[in-house]
Amino acid sequence: MAVDTAPTPAPVKLSGRPSVRTLKLAEAIFIPVFALVISALVFSVFLLFLGQSPIDFFSLIWIGGFGSSFSWQQSLQRAAPLILAGLAFAIPARIGLTMIGAEGALVLGGFGAAAIAIPLVTYAVPPLLTLPLMALTAMAVGGVWIGITGWLKHYRGVNETIASLLLSYIAIAIMNFFVEGLLRDPASANKPSTLPIGEAYRIGAMPGTSVHWGLAAGIVLAIVLHILMTRTTFGFAARMTGGNARASQAQGLPVGYLVVTCCVVAGACAGLAGFFEVAAIHGQANASLVAGYGFTGILISFLARHNALAVVPVAILFGAIAAAGGLIQRRMGMPDATVLVLQGIIFVVLLTSESLYGRIKFFQPGPVGERT
Amino acid sequence: MNEGALVTVLIAMLGGAIRVSTPFMFVALGECLTEKSGRINLGLEGNLVLGAMVAYGVSYLSGNPWLGVLAAGSSGLILGAMHGYICKLPKVNDIAVGIAMMSFGTGIAFFFGKPYIQPTAPRLDSIPLGDWTGNSALAQALQVNPLFFVGIALALAMSWAFANTKWGLIVRMTGDSAASARAMGVSVDLVRFLATSAGGFLAGIGGAFLSLYYPGSWNEGLSSGQGLMAVALVIFARWDPIRCIWAALLFGAAGAIGPALQSVGITSGYYFFNAAPYILTLFIMIASARSKAAARDVPGELSITK
Repeated sequence: MAVDTAPTPAPVKLSGRPSVRTLKLAEAIFIPVFALVISALVFSVFLLFLGQSPIDFFSLIWIGGFGSSFSWQQSLQRAAPLILAGLAFAIPARIGLTMIGAEGALVLGGFGAAAIAIPLVTYAVPPLLTLPLMALTAMAVGGVWIGITGWLKHYRGVNETIASLLLSYIAIAIMNFFVEGLLRDPASANKPSTLPIGEAYRIGAMPGTSVHWGLAAGIVLAIVLHILMTRTTFGFAARMTGGNARASQAQGLPVGYLVVTCCVVAGACAGLAGFFEVAAIHGQANASLVAGYGFTGILISFLARHNALAVVPVAILFGAIAAAGGLIQRRMGMPDATVLVLQGIIFVVLLTSESLYGRIKFFQPGPVGERT
Repeated sequence: MNEGALVTVLIAMLGGAIRVSTPFMFVALGECLTEKSGRINLGLEGNLVLGAMVAYGVSYLSGNPWLGVLAAGSSGLILGAMHGYICKLPKVNDIAVGIAMMSFGTGIAFFFGKPYIQPTAPRLDSIPLGDWTGNSALAQALQVNPLFFVGIALALAMSWAFANTKWGLIVRMTGDSAASARAMGVSVDLVRFLATSAGGFLAGIGGAFLSLYYPGSWNEGLSSGQGLMAVALVIFARWDPIRCIWAALLFGAAGAIGPALQSVGITSGYYFFNAAPYILTLFIMIASARSKAAARDVPGELSITK
């Protein structure tokens, strides 16, 4: 009798608790959201000290970011490069690298696209051929740029965080060097730029919207990279390397290949963002490419916990904050750096919240004996 | 380029090395102290920018640039203390927190710095050391700011203290092995918190030099990565305060190439020469990574080398 009845209560007790997987997911969503709420509170206190109303601020963000179909489209437009920049940080992060050079890959990719467009446009190559060539150039340039950092990290032991930032500054200097010299359009007097690619070569908006195709490209890439990182052998090996590079090497994984490939993919994402900035927004390469997307992408990736799919909604949120920036400047008379302060606070609070993982009882599976 | 122009360029580079190196020196010494305790603070770029803004603002409002220097140091101290506090929480990555502090510090500086872009604040005076040479270019190159000597004195003091004092030993022990520090009854978190805060203070003073002496004004493009280059510089200097001074002078000279060539009329490739410090840093990092000497001198607890 006793032998028969003893095991039966256990499943009944467990059915009340969600699985470990669900709990982990809930934790990974709850803690960043909690960090966002705390950041909003901290920022409210900051605004109160300045004699500004936090309610005004957040309602303006809502109106400017999501309030109307127009503001939605503005937010999505700005989210496009942010998704790609977020991916450019997230993919190397999964393999254990803190690669903060997306800004440089974006700038150089955009510049590469604009530079290759000059001969193509001059000889009137059809846009259908020119645009893919521009995009490929941008991705190749960006990929090489971040790939170099990955190679230096793995084969030379150079710290990738500092190296990638230095390469960012070098990338911006390279663009300035050409834009102010060899490739300067003589007509661009005040703001040195490359030759404009012209209206016929611009990437238009997606049907029914005013949002350019970069958003679609970003979302598709996010899905593809999510599948690559979670559902393939390559992704498994990459995440394992991120967990413990030495153990992976001992297991015979091609760690160097994995590291460099992830970096090239990341750089290609950033380069593609630069391509869309040139082909859809500016029409030429100039200092406007240096807009800080690469750095916002770092924060987006941390908030998305380096999950390629989660990068998309987070990037849209930050696109909305950026889109509402102008409204906040006009209505509240606050400087454009307000958004930077908000981002800085979110970043610091978010990283502080990392220490909460595994410490909130609710999200923990029961003792070993009760685990499913 | 004829011989006269070459001399002009070399003198301009000497002057530039002395001027440009001072912020590098302070940030590098601050970072050296922090890294000796076993933690890395990549956020000193934020301290530098915020320090520059605070120094300029305080100097403008109070009329006393040295008060500005002190205020800049204090702002850096606060940022450093934030970094030190957050990093002692479990599961927090010190490199990521550094990036966050960089973005937080620059955000705050840009936000509050807007009103100070236009006005002119009283600046720090320099000591004319080259008047006896009778050469006006040399005399100008040897106009040295007192902070330069403060930096050198500090490096000597730090070097001596690391080798000869109980505090220096405690910092080094915490950096080399947290386990031994704990076994000796030393609070690892406290030592690192204090080292990061003090390092932040020094980086803030570096920022004050930028806005109050050279280039000598406050704007949002004032520091472009000097704070981060200083971190690379510490690795190159192999965590030795004296070598930090030499490395800072080298970086200063590299940073002075562009303006020096411009002064003799070579303007083409200006952007290329402006990128010289970044390229130099990168090559130095490639050369010094994995060197046997660096592997010997690195503090054992440092996450950057693991």
